[in-house]
Amino acid sequence: MSSSVLYDVPGPRARRLDRILNVTFSVAFVAIAAYVVYAFAQRGVFDDRWKVLWDPPKGQTAADVWTSLAQGLGNTLLAAAIAAPIAVTLGAFVAIVRRGITRRLVTGSATVVTEFARGLPVLMLMLLARLAFGWSPLWSVVFGLVVYNAAVVAEVLRAGLTALPKGQREAGLSIGLSPMRTTLLIELPQAVRIMLPALVSQIVVLLKDTALGYIVSYPELLRKIKINRDYFGDDYVIPLFVVGATLYILINLAISRLATYVERRLRERGKGANPPEIGPAGPIPQSGVGGPPRAEGARAGDPVFGANRPVESQPMPQRYPGESDEEFQRRIGQASSQRASLRANDRTGDV
Amino acid sequence: METFISEFGTIWGGFLATLALAAASAVLSLVWGTVLATMRVSPVGPLRSFGTAYVEIVRNTPLTLLFFFFVFVAPSLGLLVGLGFQWSLAALTLYTSAFVCEALRSGINSVGVGQAEAARSIGLTFGQTLTQIVLPQAWRTSIPPLISVLIALTKNTSVGAGFAYAELVTVQRTLMTENPADALFVFFGIALMYLVITIPLGVTAGRIEKRVAFAR
Amino acid sequence: MKLTKTSTWIAAGAIGLVALTACSSGGDDTADVAASDFPEGSTMAALAEAGTITIGTKFDQPLFGLLAPSGDPEGFDVEIGKIIAGELGISEDGIEWVETVSANREPFIQDGSVDIVVATYTINDERKELVSFAGPYYNAGQALMTLTETDDIESPDDLAGKVVCSVTGSTPAQNIADNYPDAELALFDAYTDCLEPLRNGQVDVVTTDNVILAGYVADSDDEFKVVGEPFTEEPYGIGLALEDDEFRDWINDVLEEIFEDGRWLDAWNETAGTVLPEPDVPTVDRY
Repeated sequence: MSSSVLYDVPGPRARRLDRILNVTFSVAFVAIAAYVVYAFAQRGVFDDRWKVLWDPPKGQTAADVWTSLAQGLGNTLLAAAIAAPIAVTLGAFVAIVRRGITRRLVTGSATVVTEFARGLPVLMLMLLARLAFGWSPLWSVVFGLVVYNAAVVAEVLRAGLTALPKGQREAGLSIGLSPMRTTLLIELPQAVRIMLPALVSQIVVLLKDTALGYIVSYPELLRKIKINRDYFGDDYVIPLFVVGATLYILINLAISRLATYVERRLRERGKGANPPEIGPAGPIPQSGVGGPPRAEGARAGDPVFGANRPVESQPMPQRYPGESDEEFQRRIGQASSQRASLRANDRTGDV
Repeated sequence: METFISEFGTIWGGFLATLALAAASAVLSLVWGTVLATMRVSPVGPLRSFGTAYVEIVRNTPLTLLFFFFVFVAPSLGLLVGLGFQWSLAALTLYTSAFVCEALRSGINSVGVGQAEAARSIGLTFGQTLTQIVLPQAWRTSIPPLISVLIALTKNTSVGAGFAYAELVTVQRTLMTENPADALFVFFGIALMYLVITIPLGVTAGRIEKRVAFAR
Repeated sequence: MKLTKTSTWIAAGAIGLVALTACSSGGDDTADVAASDFPEGSTMAALAEAGTITIGTKFDQPLFGLLAPSGDPEGFDVEIGKIIAGELGISEDGIEWVETVSANREPFIQDGSVDIVVATYTINDERKELVSFAGPYYNAGQALMTLTETDDIESPDDLAGKVVCSVTGSTPAQNIADNYPDAELALFDAYTDCLEPLRNGQVDVVTTDNVILAGYVADSDDEFKVVGEPFTEEPYGIGLALEDDEFRDWINDVLEEIFEDGRWLDAWNETAGTVLPEPDVPTVDRY
């Protein structure tokens, strides 16, 4: 349900109030921002400490500073690039096992393993790899990321699998596929498609979690910022921090945007089932550090009557056996005009 | 094994520290997250933009960076947060509230349109519609994802280990370096402490999820 | 599956690229030795043969070990490491520097991630059971650092009820926890992390070895001071694998040689000596 349902189309009084509120809050925000900048200037935040970025002290060159930060960023991306594919593969494997094999022993142990992997701090898993297995910092970081994210991916795919219409599985079994093959050939491709946005946002989580690598002194971006601070002294921490934070936010925003875009594309094409919603239909994918971004306007709708489902996800008609092209086109035309009118109704909230 | 038993006092202290931090941040995040969610669905433009910007920025920042900010950057900007517990609390609350806000908002989105329309048609204002009709229903759907957020929060307290908050991981690191022979035992003993908190939460979430699914 | 394979290979290639390469800047005093000069099968022979050595040091200790953004570490520990490598016939380019924070020095030596550790590494009996020590090459002592205006802390006996900042897994932290239980410990990952909280009054004291503190005081424009006398003995040794007595004896010989011929003092004067007074020559402990 879009938020606009929560309040009426504003009348003249409400519009006036709106304007007043708009102005008041805008002025308030601008004032606060201005005050913060002023306070910073008073404290000398904008003095020559920023020179560390183009003319650093202690006989270093700007190229050195930026190279070291770039190395840090490279290490961050490297750990994420190794961990992501492994985590997704492993997660898919666990999801398939949990779905396809119904022996209690197997599913039981899979449940225990995922619960363990989801319940432990990622930081602790990295520490385990470092201190107990004696792996290199890079592989310790990768280990922590993989164990945790594989468990999450498994959960996400499981939610996707359970959200598929039952008929898919029945159809697969009825043409003589084994349960395992049904899962692999028929259900999994659809589940992956439905949950693609959630999977992409999990990558953001994974990338963010690389910053926990400080615990095993993996030289990722944040660690590099600290090392530079140690070298140049505490005065220079603000510019270095600003650079680091900006880099993280930009990269993650880009990935989040990609997730939203993929989701919209999939919805526009209107194929496949509706993604299961957080809440009744499935778990919200969780991160070591919170959940993934959700797209605007995600909604569950009425599980019983399908009312209030996004119009785009209403099923497209299928061609009947023996139907001519023309007939079929006409029916599609009807369906899309129906969808258009539904969409129009949707805007007025009149479904 | 011996280490685990002889040092149990220290370990228990770490467990309580973790639990205290998790509980305090949970309460504050729920409050601040609800405020944010209200902002994001409110009719006031600037508030909506603020809520959206806040969530987008915080959600895309590593938690460690937030800790770093509160400990090393904030003081030179004139914002002084107390040692250990306080700055961990500040970082975790700011961070977690963004996720609480999103979980609530998806809950709000799952409430039938008819509910809000009915409320408006009997003349309730935005505030009344939200507090009397929508939020009570949204809460129900939001509980499972909120519990997931709380599980994540519990684990995130471990980031405080690098920032002078003596919680479980700090204890774990100290004991593991002091007693290398017992390292694995100490590790799993302390891992168990986290599971004591997180697994019951997970089980509860699963149960509520099943019940809510049929109660609509 | 195919995707995973390729990306792993790509990643493996990338690791090769990312590996720290230390470029040399100072004079090259590599000894002219060959692997055959060392006893057959010894660690020295293996290292000289390979032409590379991995040395663990700290990246957050002013005067002893800091990493410049250019990737060159600098400090007294680093110079000692370079001298030892040079005696093995390994040039500065052949040294791979690895960061070893206090908490992971023993694990790194035990699992072979590093060949030697030169990282303000205190020789003590507990550690002797896990790793082997050559040296000492310097004698430090634990001391306290406070803000210049603080006047109620003169010695560790004044620490009751004070917040003391140190590093997880370090000797100073353990010493405070064991002997001054009334002090409240705040533990970070690096001593540099303690400076900002000290400035802001969030902690009252920073404790670690006097030389490290002296480095901070020198950099601080009179914000900090070191109070009282050192209250422990902290002989800095060079950590290496337990049981590798041959290698240890050889390093001890090298250390005695450089105490004699002035190279040890030169290394000191180039680094920590810019701030600190000239130290007494330590006596190597061949336990």
